[in-house]
Amino acid sequence: MLNTMTERVAKVTPLAAVRRIRGLSDRTIAWIFVAPTIFLLLAINIFPLVWTIRLSLTNYRANQPNRPLQWVGLDNYRRILNDSDIWNTMQVTAHFLIWTIVLQVLIGFTLAWLINRKFKGNDLWTTIIVLPMMLSPAVVGNFWTFFYQPQIGIFNYVVAFFAGADPSSFTMIGSVDLAPWSIVIVDTWMWTPFVMLICLAGLRSIPSYIYEAAAIDRASSWRQFWTITIPMVMPFLMLAVLFRGIENFKMFDLVVQLTGGGPGSTTELTSINLKREAFEKWRTGYASAYAIILFVTVFGLASIYVKALNKVKER
Amino acid sequence: MSSYSITAPSSRQKWIAGTIVILYALITITPLVWIIATGFKSGPDSISYPPKVLFQPTLEGYVNLFTTRTRANAEDLAAMPPPETWYEQVVRDNGMVIAGPSRYGERFLNSVIIGFGSTFLSVFLGTLAAYAFSRFKIPLKDDLLFFILSTRMMPPIAVAIPIFLMFRTLGLSDTHLGMILLYTAVNISLAVWLLKGFIDEIPREYEEAALIDGYTRFQAFYKVVLPQAATGIASTAIFCLIFAWNEYAFAVLLTSGTAQTAPPFIPTIIGVGGKDWPAVAAGATLFLLPVMVFTILLRKHLLRGITFGAVRK
Repeated sequence: MLNTMTERVAKVTPLAAVRRIRGLSDRTIAWIFVAPTIFLLLAINIFPLVWTIRLSLTNYRANQPNRPLQWVGLDNYRRILNDSDIWNTMQVTAHFLIWTIVLQVLIGFTLAWLINRKFKGNDLWTTIIVLPMMLSPAVVGNFWTFFYQPQIGIFNYVVAFFAGADPSSFTMIGSVDLAPWSIVIVDTWMWTPFVMLICLAGLRSIPSYIYEAAAIDRASSWRQFWTITIPMVMPFLMLAVLFRGIENFKMFDLVVQLTGGGPGSTTELTSINLKREAFEKWRTGYASAYAIILFVTVFGLASIYVKALNKVKER
Repeated sequence: MSSYSITAPSSRQKWIAGTIVILYALITITPLVWIIATGFKSGPDSISYPPKVLFQPTLEGYVNLFTTRTRANAEDLAAMPPPETWYEQVVRDNGMVIAGPSRYGERFLNSVIIGFGSTFLSVFLGTLAAYAFSRFKIPLKDDLLFFILSTRMMPPIAVAIPIFLMFRTLGLSDTHLGMILLYTAVNISLAVWLLKGFIDEIPREYEEAALIDGYTRFQAFYKVVLPQAATGIASTAIFCLIFAWNEYAFAVLLTSGTAQTAPPFIPTIIGVGGKDWPAVAAGATLFLLPVMVFTILLRKHLLRGITFGAVRK
């Protein structure tokens, strides 16, 4: 009781002190400071979103703005959910998402675990490993088309060298079978350091006395790894997966430069597909409905995931 | 110096770990080294088989990047007065003459203007909002903060449709101002979240002392809090700049001429007769190098920046 009273007094005092001093009240300042940000987000994020919802109920085409507008209700949504092309796109996206996350988590965690052995110069090498992640995906993606060229590209050359094959015997982005893997490889190259950095933070957050206690209890290092390291890094790992999941669900720049969705539609991720519908076929209404479905999907999946993440954190 | 510990990795373990990590680092850096090297190769060297590791360096790629050229036949070339500059010489050696400057300079400048403009705006607005979120009681604070973050979850293409229409109506399509506002809106979530984290770490007592000394709240903000938050503001600014610098989806959809930035432009660089990889590589190198330098400068705050302040190390 006494405690809460003193806390209350402590909370009130600075406010009262401020009021005595001339100048704007805290409340006014708070609103002046927050308002521009909220206004900007309303104008450039929320207003467009509402507009998208409105467009999604029409047959509007942005390249023919004078065509009479027709309300079609939920027709666009119905058509999308029955469109086999879109389900194909979803499968392509799922393949990309699952494999990039699996590979990045495995390689990223392993690297972080190794870096955490604290060998000499680990800071320098960590910085070098991180570089690809910070670069423009469009510019780098464009360059990977060069690396993937049969014969003259270094990727094919190096792979062929180790596999003892002819570098022109396969083409990564031109073949239906290999193209989905070509985007997985580049994304993994680019974003593994992201997972690595987060895992490294997780590993460094484990106090060494826990391991010391386990060692005194004669727990094998294998057991220490599974009962201390993994559970304590798990929340960090899940956070990394969340970020990568959202980012790769939105993936556009890297892949559009790398394969443009081809060959056929084997690497046509949802964003690329959506761009086609909206800015090449100009089916604005239809594409708007598509955008809303995607947004709801990301948002829904992310919220479920965050709930799971919080449960893991509580443990 | 170091005390004996039963859990410290042995020197053999360190050696093995170091070798694997260094090996990975060397492999992962190869594509970047290759891009930089390709910028200094001649056309034939860049597409030779097997790929050339050692080559005669030339500035041909850089000259081609900044110029447009036309092919000239040998007689015309011989009849011309001798080249006045070294880069004319480089072009003529390949049997061509310079027709004019390329658009790379303009596109790069657009990236600089839009990058710095949006960074300034988002850090300015972000600092104000972050301070308010950090220090004041704001109704629905958590919801507002989550709302700010959630704007980042939208796929750019999804909001691009109405933004495209909106910009068309307002006359903002393909303008610097339009792109600056757009990138500010995208970056502000990052700025607010990161800066709130940095400001949260500054003890409130500093401002309270200043308030008691007779400062107004506003004076306390810019005379006490801002200097304390300088490092945080600087690293937030670099993250915003890198994002705006690298952004491609909005740029390719909403700009085509006057305000086009470098990322949609670089992949479209072509030479006379086929893709000019050394020129593309030169353009990419100039564009990527600043970010590499920033990454090295930022390495201590990197984790924080990429996780929106969720992981602080």
